[in-house]
Amino acid sequence: MSNVIQYILYLAILVVLAIPLGAYIKKVMEGEKTFLSPILTPCENAVYKIMRVKKDEEMGWKKYCASVLIFSGSGLVFLFLLQLLQGVLPGNPQGLSGVKWDLSFNTAASFITNTNWQAYSGESTLSYLSQALGLTVQNFVSAATGIAVLFALIRGFQKVKSKGLGSFWVDLTRITIHVLLPLNLVIAVALAGGGVIQNLSPGQTVPLLEPVAVNAEGEILDHAEIDLASQTVTVDGVKVEGAEIVTEQFVPMGPAASQVAIKQTGTNGGGYMGVNSAHPMENPNAFTNLLEMISLLLIPAALCFTFGSCIKNKKQGVAIFMAMFLCLAAALAIVAVNEQAATLQLAQEGSVNLSMIDQAGGNMEGKETRFGIASSATWAAFTTAASNGSVNSMHDSYTPLGGMIPMLLMQLGEVIFGGVGCGLYGMLAFAILTVFIAGLMVGRTPEFLGKKIEPYEMKWAVLVCLATPIAILLGSGIAAAVPEVADSLNNSGAHGFSELLYAYTSAGGNNGSAFAGFNANTVFLNLSLGIVMLFARFLPIAGTLAIAGSLVGKKKVAATSGTLSTTNAMFVFLLILIVLLVGALSFFPALALGPIAEFFSSIA
Amino acid sequence: MKTIKAVLPKAIAIFLIFTFVCGIFYTALVTGIAQLIFPDQANGSIIEVDGKKYGCELLGQQYTDDAHLWGRIMNLDVSTYKDAEGKTLLYASPSNLSPASKEYEKLVAERVEKLRASNPAMEDSAVPVDLVTCSGSGLDPAISPAAARYQAPRIAEARGISEQEVLEIIDQCTTGRFLGLFGEETVHVLKVNLMLDGIL
Repeated sequence: MSNVIQYILYLAILVVLAIPLGAYIKKVMEGEKTFLSPILTPCENAVYKIMRVKKDEEMGWKKYCASVLIFSGSGLVFLFLLQLLQGVLPGNPQGLSGVKWDLSFNTAASFITNTNWQAYSGESTLSYLSQALGLTVQNFVSAATGIAVLFALIRGFQKVKSKGLGSFWVDLTRITIHVLLPLNLVIAVALAGGGVIQNLSPGQTVPLLEPVAVNAEGEILDHAEIDLASQTVTVDGVKVEGAEIVTEQFVPMGPAASQVAIKQTGTNGGGYMGVNSAHPMENPNAFTNLLEMISLLLIPAALCFTFGSCIKNKKQGVAIFMAMFLCLAAALAIVAVNEQAATLQLAQEGSVNLSMIDQAGGNMEGKETRFGIASSATWAAFTTAASNGSVNSMHDSYTPLGGMIPMLLMQLGEVIFGGVGCGLYGMLAFAILTVFIAGLMVGRTPEFLGKKIEPYEMKWAVLVCLATPIAILLGSGIAAAVPEVADSLNNSGAHGFSELLYAYTSAGGNNGSAFAGFNANTVFLNLSLGIVMLFARFLPIAGTLAIAGSLVGKKKVAATSGTLSTTNAMFVFLLILIVLLVGALSFFPALALGPIAEFFSSIA
Repeated sequence: MKTIKAVLPKAIAIFLIFTFVCGIFYTALVTGIAQLIFPDQANGSIIEVDGKKYGCELLGQQYTDDAHLWGRIMNLDVSTYKDAEGKTLLYASPSNLSPASKEYEKLVAERVEKLRASNPAMEDSAVPVDLVTCSGSGLDPAISPAAARYQAPRIAEARGISEQEVLEIIDQCTTGRFLGLFGEETVHVLKVNLMLDGIL
């Protein structure tokens, strides 16, 4: 029962916080005064002054798009070089060497596309300088870029017979300075208070209560008798030559809280640690978990309400929000039920206690005790609905169906809230698709928010909607045919195929979570996943801006009695149907080979 | 080409500004505030008694001694980290195994058998799931109250103390849900063991 209350509260807190934040973002983007303006507006103006940007510049869609691409491209080059050269740069107390070129490319592509796929393991691969100057910065600006593109599209609906979509530089600056920085400052300090590390010391060591013996080959010796005084190790009475006694544990350090805050709020997801928010130093308790988990869906949910008030049609914002929310709640329920039920293989015919008495029970493989099933399943649904990709449990160890839902949420095109900005513009492309199909059925020229939808918009909307499926299916199809990829799998059979499919799904959805047993750090995988991420990010951006550019030049059509309502329950239902239809048709064959096959073989 | 020439300088300028603001200024500000208000938490919650370090509150360790409380299954990593003198440092990682495979079934069966053999007093009860599964980080410092109480008779016998004493220590090291609602009840394994050893 307490679990059900937990699930409901997580969803309720999200909605309660998203509504005021949505109103705040609207004020910021329309240049209105907020309670933070007295401090932040001077900073904003200072940036324009240094950059010689005019606040009222109006860019056409092509210039807006070029600005996005060139800005992101500069980030790609900078981040690539920063990692390559970190060995000779300062801010590296652990003395880590430069990152290999293919991994550098993959990580750079991953962070500028707001994906944050982790082929690297943060604490053992990246210096503090690379983390702060590279990853943290991209976490901010890639998130701001997504929101900026959304506002260009919103202006396409708002304005009548004009050309300009606003200035990318102004949008980027406003979002970063008025929304992301203050929000993350508060969250980061709260996280540090909750026990997330935030310092600049090198990694430390602490003694182990019970030493561990390792033989000369680096394997752990079970049942070893360890004599610390004479430094000898014996197994079954036989002395082991060359054995090492490990008496200390590694304790990672560094500026984690500041990066964890923005990786959550910006739907980035790239952890400070390799195991992300499952790591006790990145997410030590239920308080930090609540904060991080709500943060990850907060802005995508808020933007639905921002959208409604910007187009002066709050009902439209609520309708889109409801479509997303219903899908999320359904997905969460399926994950929760499957994880609580666990598997026959774990139950051992009753020898293992899976009950909920004095423990979380259920499938605890890959889950932390402090989060149990409820907080882990909720996080899994949230993080894959939003294109966040951070994890607090290992999705690779989910039950077959419990692990299929996160995959499906990404395959739907990351439009169930999705990434900051990009989730909503993706969903609006689906809305355009929906009004077009519904319009055809009743024989009327389709229109959306008073703008006629014509073949030009349709072509781009279809591309935006299909970019993700194309990227995922082509990518995983090619990878499945490459023999060396089989060496990267951690599990065999259908689950192994799921690991591969999940990797390309995550890259194609710009999500970044993983079935983490999959070893993605090979040249082929680093390059191919990097290319998939870039394609799935920038094709929809170009498409969205092209649609915005066309809409902004059109006149408003007055609504008549024959106009299809886009705010009622019927439209919400149709929209969900179209999203599911495109997703299911594209991915059913692939899912049948992976999680569905695994499910049936596990109960056979 | 003309657009690129016009846009590129602005793109680089704004990129550099935000690299400074978000990379350096923001990180430094959070570090400064955190170090000022929450020095213990921000520095890794290391357990110190009379100036001697006894482990990190956030990281689990592996225990095999009958007289100690055991934690989650650990997938130990002894190849990634070395100290300045080249001595191996312990770390751990998740298993990432599918819980629906035949191999996994066998693995769990072995763990159950081992636990039953070590805890003969509990042979009639099912083994709490926390004790036969690897955690999400591999470094989970806690187990459920059910998993801790399951081990109480073994610890009591190994130490020659009453089961009641062990259960009292477990109770003292148990943390409830946040606000009574969020997360799960946990028993901190290292703290229990330090108390059993008379250090805490």
